[in-house]
Amino acid sequence: MADAEATPVLTGAQALIESLERVGVEVIFGIPGGAILPAYDPLYDSSIRHILVRHEQGAGHAAEGYAMVTGKVGVCIATSGPGATNLVTPIADAYMDSVPIVAITGQVSSAAIGTDAFQEADIRGITIPITKHSFLVTKPEDIPAAIAAAFEVAITGRPGPVLVDITKDALATSAPFVWPPEVSLPGYRPTTTPHVKQLREAAKLIEKAHRPVLYIGGGVVKAKAFEELAELVRITNIPVVTTLMARGALPDSHELNLGMPGMHGTVAAVGALQKSDLLIALGTRFDDRVTGKLSSFAPDALVIHADIDPAEISKNRVADVPIVGDVREVIAGLITELRGVDLPSYQQWRTLMIGLKKKYPVEVEQTSEGQLTPQYVIQRLGQVAGPDAIYVTGVGQHQMWSAHLLPHERPGAWLNSGGAGTMGYCVPAAMGAKTGRPNDVVWGIDGDGCFQMTNQELVTCALNDIPIKIAVINNQSLGMVRQWQTLFYDKRYSSTNLDTHRIPDFPALAEAMGALGLRAETPEEVEEVLALAMATNDRPVVVEFVVHKDAMVWPMVAAGTSNDDIKIARDLAPVWEEEVL
Amino acid sequence: MKSYTLSVLVENKPGVLARIAGLIARRGYNIESLAVGPTESEETSRITLTVVVEDDLVLEQITKQLNKLLEVLKIVELEENAVKRELMLIKLRADPATRSQIIEVVQLFRGKTVDVHNDSLTVEATGSPEKLAALMQMLQPYGVREVVQSGLVALARGSKSLTDRARLDKARPRTNS
Repeated sequence: MADAEATPVLTGAQALIESLERVGVEVIFGIPGGAILPAYDPLYDSSIRHILVRHEQGAGHAAEGYAMVTGKVGVCIATSGPGATNLVTPIADAYMDSVPIVAITGQVSSAAIGTDAFQEADIRGITIPITKHSFLVTKPEDIPAAIAAAFEVAITGRPGPVLVDITKDALATSAPFVWPPEVSLPGYRPTTTPHVKQLREAAKLIEKAHRPVLYIGGGVVKAKAFEELAELVRITNIPVVTTLMARGALPDSHELNLGMPGMHGTVAAVGALQKSDLLIALGTRFDDRVTGKLSSFAPDALVIHADIDPAEISKNRVADVPIVGDVREVIAGLITELRGVDLPSYQQWRTLMIGLKKKYPVEVEQTSEGQLTPQYVIQRLGQVAGPDAIYVTGVGQHQMWSAHLLPHERPGAWLNSGGAGTMGYCVPAAMGAKTGRPNDVVWGIDGDGCFQMTNQELVTCALNDIPIKIAVINNQSLGMVRQWQTLFYDKRYSSTNLDTHRIPDFPALAEAMGALGLRAETPEEVEEVLALAMATNDRPVVVEFVVHKDAMVWPMVAAGTSNDDIKIARDLAPVWEEEVL
Repeated sequence: MKSYTLSVLVENKPGVLARIAGLIARRGYNIESLAVGPTESEETSRITLTVVVEDDLVLEQITKQLNKLLEVLKIVELEENAVKRELMLIKLRADPATRSQIIEVVQLFRGKTVDVHNDSLTVEATGSPEKLAALMQMLQPYGVREVVQSGLVALARGSKSLTDRARLDKARPRTNS
């Protein structure tokens, strides 16, 4: 047969690179090493851009950042053993936040597996609980199908990380290259089209509700269901809460967007959930950081829960109307069911919620005891950089302030580590975002603790023309942990003081890594450094903002307590409206 | 707490059992019994597992989580009336005085004697967990030296097979029921 004669014989390494090119990979973040070395030879000639990171964790988070802003699969690559285990944190992070990445790892030769060989680690076994799926490939002829399947699995259904572990002998030996005409995964059938009967049931509940809330999660961002969401809000006039992963899914400037719910949510968003009689939960998973004490969460509400992952439905809170499907199709279906229907006006409820929103905004002071407040710095940065910038944060207080105070006006421009809470996410994820969207301004807002975990990727950025901007909100401590010590451990600041006042010298550290290093300690300096940072595009920029260390994130629902016990400041609870709807 | 038996049809690939056992353990549930074996098709294996959980909602969560594994083709919760069997081998102390009594008991349970020595006797029995428990109770007074028991295997009653159901699923369009 002519086809058979035309089938090229490739090494496994060549087959890998050929396969990656075929699925449309443009960029890979990685570090070579012994077991993966064969793959780096054909990569040398490939059209795929390889960005040589400084630590594999950076490669993993960069792949996440790339995936988040492009909607494509992010790719990272590492060698066996420690190279692979360094990917574990970003893989876990991608799993928790449903980010489509493919991690390719070298493995020791198949004959050496199980012998505790040099740089051997059972990375497939290690990552089983934190991957959507994983492959161990020991033969060159199996590589194309594994890569095709990995990319399909990563991005379809509920997105997530997929690991492809390839033995060195599979990379080094040859086989005919056969690209699979279609991916055959008999046990994988994500449900994307929602059932009309369920949509009708949902519509019926919405028609009968008095205090409905649209509880919007990261799934809406992943499904790119923004236009549908805006339309649903327009025709129903139902108030909206957007979770940490869904900031920007509906503009914050929208009157009905009550902000972020949860442990550090706004009074309006938390109050809306607690007092609601119908939660319309779309692409969200009733995370404990949103619900607080589950038994007292939204006690009067019926629940419509739509998610592409059936296992999320009724996992934490039993759904009255479960809907399995792609949330974009779900919202479109709800619009169809509700259009032309004479819905209640929900006027009283809406007025109450908008009132709460106005009454309890997140307060920002410029300075505290002569020092900058972190809230002011973050708010000002957002004002200067504007809604068109992409914002990436680390984890902790600065993340919460960023979630509240940045201009979340457009979808897909907000990246952070939500489920896993991975300190160190910011710098490499910003690198990945800037790689995926080189023409956009990418601002990372990081803490001094987080920054010291992964700042080495600024070297990668400087050398590879990836001019990201990083704001280090330096409060000289592990601020969120310190806040808990203030509130719950009698101000016993055990090991939360980072002493990061001039050690490290962040601007000097930035300069050493090839970035522009700046520092601001007064409101005037804030303006100067922001202007300079915005004007600098030929290299990365790091701006240290020295801020007051005792700033606390409010509002707050203490861990394990009811959302009803939200505090707007220490020992200060909001005054709920007396009127009962 | 309630006991549930699940029949899980999986792709016959390395590591599948580890995925399933690991998933159940890390989600905080306990496997009471587990049996894995080949099926009528070389491409699939069948896992029968018994879990003891609080209620149907918890079982639903386990089933949904298991269904997310790509190698899992079909899961069916077996009803109470399903055909359930375990295999048990029991080594007993037995001297000429007790030997025939033991054999008589074993025969009552349709068991077999599979090995005999001067002072011991090994018997084999299959049946439902209840039947085997009753046999054990009868044999206990003679002195049980060693017991080994298989996991539970089970089939639903009626003409439909699990593979049929999986095939039907595959033919189904991608919508939820």
